[in-house]
Amino acid sequence: MKAHNIAFWAIFAGVVALLAFMGDSYWLRIGTTVALYAALASSWNIIGGFTGYPSFATAAFFGLGAYASAIAQLHGVPMPLAWVLAAASGGLLALLLGFGLLRLRGHYFAVASLVVAEVFRELIIAGGDLTGGGMGLNLALLPIPPLAQARLFLLAFSALAALAALLSFWIVGARFGVALRCIEQNENAAAMVGVAATRYKTFALMLSAVFASAGGAVYANWLNYIDPSDVFNVLMSVKPIVMALIGGVGTVIGPFAGAVALAAVEELVTKGALDLNGAFLGLAIVLLVLFMPGGVMGFLSPARRMRKASE
Amino acid sequence: MKAPLLQLDEVSLSFGGLKALSDVSFQINAGEIVGLIGPNGAGKTTLVNVCAGVYRPSRGKVQFEDRLISGLRQDQVAQRGMARTYQIVQPFPAMTVRENVTAAALFGGGIRHLPDARKFADEQLAFVGLAPHADKSAANLSLAHRKRLELAKSLALKPRLIWLDEVNAGLSSDDLDNTLQLIRQIAARGITIVMIEHLMKVVMGVSTRILVLKSGTLIADGLPSDVIRDPAVVEAYLGGHYAEDGSRRDD
Repeated sequence: MKAHNIAFWAIFAGVVALLAFMGDSYWLRIGTTVALYAALASSWNIIGGFTGYPSFATAAFFGLGAYASAIAQLHGVPMPLAWVLAAASGGLLALLLGFGLLRLRGHYFAVASLVVAEVFRELIIAGGDLTGGGMGLNLALLPIPPLAQARLFLLAFSALAALAALLSFWIVGARFGVALRCIEQNENAAAMVGVAATRYKTFALMLSAVFASAGGAVYANWLNYIDPSDVFNVLMSVKPIVMALIGGVGTVIGPFAGAVALAAVEELVTKGALDLNGAFLGLAIVLLVLFMPGGVMGFLSPARRMRKASE
Repeated sequence: MKAPLLQLDEVSLSFGGLKALSDVSFQINAGEIVGLIGPNGAGKTTLVNVCAGVYRPSRGKVQFEDRLISGLRQDQVAQRGMARTYQIVQPFPAMTVRENVTAAALFGGGIRHLPDARKFADEQLAFVGLAPHADKSAANLSLAHRKRLELAKSLALKPRLIWLDEVNAGLSSDDLDNTLQLIRQIAARGITIVMIEHLMKVVMGVSTRILVLKSGTLIADGLPSDVIRDPAVVEAYLGGHYAEDGSRRDD
């Protein structure tokens, strides 16, 4: 394992342990948000970074996961099993979407993927008693004290983020990762050298979706309440992209750095003026694209920077 | 008699109302170096695309090693041992030269173990003379080297047949001689070659047989010396006075 990978795991485990043992409810909430963000950004990075397909479907998978988990639990399925079912539902949706959406490339794919969350939001609103319609769904409170709950969700989201990182590290070194990289670089050339592009990119979208849906599932229990305009919010699709851009698209650690950065800035901006949150996000996107196309990781890696410059 | 390596039976392809290929039939036998020539827009690259799985023929069938391959995808054809280069080279720009060829070995070449694929890639790079550039980014190669990279990638697929789509276009005469040498060496490895070529020097120099395509129809198929004197070819493609001097370049 490379030195910076060891450093990553050391910092990750250290911060989670510190928060779990020492954190008050404020810091636990921030830590949990960062962990959720990291899981979502890392999951987006599999399809958007490694594979080069700029998906705006994260909100669709996140929302589907939240609703699948909530509905399952309201029908008597235990929480952990409901989370697993929700993750599987995201994977299944990605498999179905893959055949249609992944035929499109570039902007066409981005716009088409953006619509998926909107479709689901309308379906959920029209879903009547099953989905609670526009009113949303309430979940049962966990029978444990608030601080223990806060720790539980910190650990749950952290575990999800850690799994996403493990998966990403594996992808980078695996034959599967080479396939994704070929597709990202030149899909035509990928087919020419025998890469079954449709199969690999569908699988990448599925892996990405499983994490986004699992994130939504845990989120439903964290808040005890979900409604369509929250979990299918377009910001759920945009934020993971911004985080990956901040940290470094297509790197494993980048999305984690981006998650810390975005959560920190959101916390500072939200304290000052809640309404400026969206405006800030827009400004951040413009600045990032203009001045830091390689993200934080791009800044740290001179080789990558030179390679980019030579294209 | 041994079955042909590649066999096309009445292959046709239409784009809407435009007939790009009509009833093209021919065979390629193992060990041949076949030149595929014809005026611009004759359908040469389209023919490669039909055989390589980019397009599905509207009619007719393509058989490779006695198996039907028309209808297969590009990646499936590559995995079955038919490689093709693109006229406009298709590298993975942000990967190194070695990574480019390793990817080909890993997927089309069926070497699933990464270190083995890398080793095999290095052998192909040495073969085409790119070994000193293995660690360079593919985006930084000169045109001549990019063409060789394209060849190395094709070879890493462990093909029985390679389509070379204008691998010599845009090369200086020194580079041209090197590539000619390389084509002969590839053939010496037992790989059958079909080359689309505009330079008559190259076609006449290495081909054992020539196919001539005009407006999507095969108008000649034979020995270079015969084809070049075929009245239909002279008329349709070369123009009368070129027929006397096969070494002149057409354009």
